[in-house]
Amino acid sequence: MHPLRKQRLYLVLFLVLFSSIAIGLVAYALRGNINLFYPPAEVAAGKAPLGQPIRVGGMVVDGSVQRSDDSLEVRFELTDYAATVPVVYTGILPDLFGEGQGAVASGRLRPDGVLEASEVLAKHDEKYMPPEVAEALKRSGAQPPQPEGGAQ
Amino acid sequence: MIPEVGHFSLILALGLALCLMLVPAWGAWRRNVGAMALAPGLAIGLMVFVAISFACLAAAFLQDDFSVALVANHSNSLLPSIYKFCAVWGNHEGSLLLWVLILSLWTAAVAVFSSQLPMIVLARVLAVMGAIAVGFLAFSLFTSNPFARLLPGIPADGSDLNPLLQDPGLVIHPPLLYTGYVGFSVAFAFAIAALLGGRLDAAWARWSRPWTNVAWAFLSLGIMLGSWWAYYELGWGGWWFWDPVENASFMPWLAGTALVHSLAATEKRGLFKSWTVLLAIFAFSLSLLGTFMVRSGVLTSVHAFATDPARGMFILAFLALVIGSSLTLYALRAPAVSSRVVFEWVSRESLLLVNNIVFLVATLTVLFGTLFPLIMDALGEGKYSVGPPYFNAVFVPLMALLVPFMGLGPVSRWKRDYLPRWQKELLLPAAVAVGCAVTLPLLGAEFNIWVSLAVLLSAWLFMGLARDLVQRVRQVDRVGRGLRRLAPSYWGMLLAHLGFAASLLGIVVTSQFSIEHDLKMSPGQSETLAGYEFRFVELKDVRGPNYLASEAHFTVTREGRQVADLRPQKRRYLAGGSVMTEAAIDPGLFRDLYVAMGEPVGDSGAWAIRLHYKPMVRWMWLGAILMALGGFTTVADKRYRAQRAARAAVGAKEGVAHAGAA
Repeated sequence: MHPLRKQRLYLVLFLVLFSSIAIGLVAYALRGNINLFYPPAEVAAGKAPLGQPIRVGGMVVDGSVQRSDDSLEVRFELTDYAATVPVVYTGILPDLFGEGQGAVASGRLRPDGVLEASEVLAKHDEKYMPPEVAEALKRSGAQPPQPEGGAQ
Repeated sequence: MIPEVGHFSLILALGLALCLMLVPAWGAWRRNVGAMALAPGLAIGLMVFVAISFACLAAAFLQDDFSVALVANHSNSLLPSIYKFCAVWGNHEGSLLLWVLILSLWTAAVAVFSSQLPMIVLARVLAVMGAIAVGFLAFSLFTSNPFARLLPGIPADGSDLNPLLQDPGLVIHPPLLYTGYVGFSVAFAFAIAALLGGRLDAAWARWSRPWTNVAWAFLSLGIMLGSWWAYYELGWGGWWFWDPVENASFMPWLAGTALVHSLAATEKRGLFKSWTVLLAIFAFSLSLLGTFMVRSGVLTSVHAFATDPARGMFILAFLALVIGSSLTLYALRAPAVSSRVVFEWVSRESLLLVNNIVFLVATLTVLFGTLFPLIMDALGEGKYSVGPPYFNAVFVPLMALLVPFMGLGPVSRWKRDYLPRWQKELLLPAAVAVGCAVTLPLLGAEFNIWVSLAVLLSAWLFMGLARDLVQRVRQVDRVGRGLRRLAPSYWGMLLAHLGFAASLLGIVVTSQFSIEHDLKMSPGQSETLAGYEFRFVELKDVRGPNYLASEAHFTVTREGRQVADLRPQKRRYLAGGSVMTEAAIDPGLFRDLYVAMGEPVGDSGAWAIRLHYKPMVRWMWLGAILMALGGFTTVADKRYRAQRAARAAVGAKEGVAHAGAA
């Protein structure tokens, strides 16, 4: 074979080998390191798996945030106005977290239906809502109660 | 009045960009010297009008002209002037204008500093830059006009800049990042010009190389600043989140790193020519993809300013056009430029090839992880998110694989080298590296296998560089003269590789040995972390120019001696009512101490407090600065200037006759 061809052949073989290793790594890393988003309605309907990493997003229910007095444990509920999911989280909440605002909690669902969150993300400014939350709200068909509707 | 001037000059700039795209390209096609000679003038004109437009927008912000919608939505009369100026790019429309401004600056820079280029090459390069400018100017004018007015009904005051962005980091992070990002358009333009001309030789690589290195250096600095900003501003103490927007800037950097190295092989040995061209296209396409991801609002991120489907579609169409047309051109012309050079397996070429493969695979895996959620969403398979564990699991082994070869790099020779020579040269460095790996981690608290491995790899890189430096200097009788004889490009390589070693060590040490403690603390209490005693002295209210804050006062002592006085704050901004954590950090070369306030807990005046001990976290950023310095240093190399002098001797018309020759 022409030396140039031969070199190219080896090069291609090397590339194939190397990219297979990379693809293997990717496949291995993807297993268990991705998580799926569920709106509260699907969690309540039992469609979300227990004990696996998932994300749940919605609006934080007014008056549902309870902070423990002696630890950093926080309990709150997320709703898409079709169903609510209780969440428990230990740690410091982001600055933009607040009642009546959008938030996404990622963690594992316990058998008692409580989401044990390892991370809570809140929307980044007043005009911005996480797209998943916006879509979950739209899909549930329920509208947030209007302020003048006496919901306060 | 001023906003209208700005708007008008932006329209004029679009007209000039259209001319720049069409006239020189036509000239290059028809060999019309007059048309080609127009290119530099048009490029400078484009820059001037975009600059006027940008200055007008900045003036609107500085004068609190709330009749301009953008100013009303993103600024406030209480905002300090410096942040009013930064607010110009703290939003979608303005940051796009900054993008265009930087593009036009690069275009003008190419026009000014490329007098040594044959006219036909310069005309083609500037025409490609002009075409990119047309795309982005049209995007700015038709979908996101920064000068839109709010008439009537001018608000009394603006609704403020997002407090996260009110920070010195914002002053320099976006401009630097964009300078890097957009700078790859120059490498791209050179690649397209080479394909159009059908000639790709060492001279081409020599022209393209300094531009690529500078863009890469700016991008390194920009990414480093973004990481540093996230570290002290977000209040989490994290410095890299594998957030899609971070990835958007990181992917061009990875591809750019591959490009910088393959350009070396192309210049020195005429190798990997068509591959280099493909990488240049790839790097700039990733820059555009990043712009698309950030600007279209498809992602959940701090950087996502607004969601507007029209904008997303525009960039997506532009992206498809650029990638599609450049790849078509590549498919048609690449056979004409491919190289016919053979090299031995034991040679510097092979090592550069390893670099290219590793960085390309790293880019693709990051790209896959970033796009995976978007693809699954588009297919209706549900909303996935791919978290840091995926990226770490893929990226870290790849980089670890790279370093053993990287250590060989400086010592290796072009074309043909010998394993026994490598063995002889590197036996001592290898022994020292192993020695360091075994002993150095013992100085820390406990032996950690990952830290030991990181020390091994960093020491291997460092010793390989040191060995090579010693060899080179030794060839001359006096050390001082030996050092002065080394070329800037060599110093650049040295700095960048040292920077990589420092970053690697910093990242692993801080990941392994960081201690984070979230707890409830009341004034008077104290907590010990890694031998440092953090004492919560008092809590008080303070008032800033546009915010009110609760400020905690901490003193940190170690073995009875006071080390630091830290005052983290929790701010409430007056205009928007948003709350912000302002962490307090005591920086050090070997450790950072970091305190951030969470929220009040209970009624007793206690707060949730986050304490961090972060060893060697600064090494990572210092390493990135060294890499950037390395990139800048290479530009000082004589061969880029000598060529200009040689070129000046040859007439400009000859350059037209011999397209692509130098």
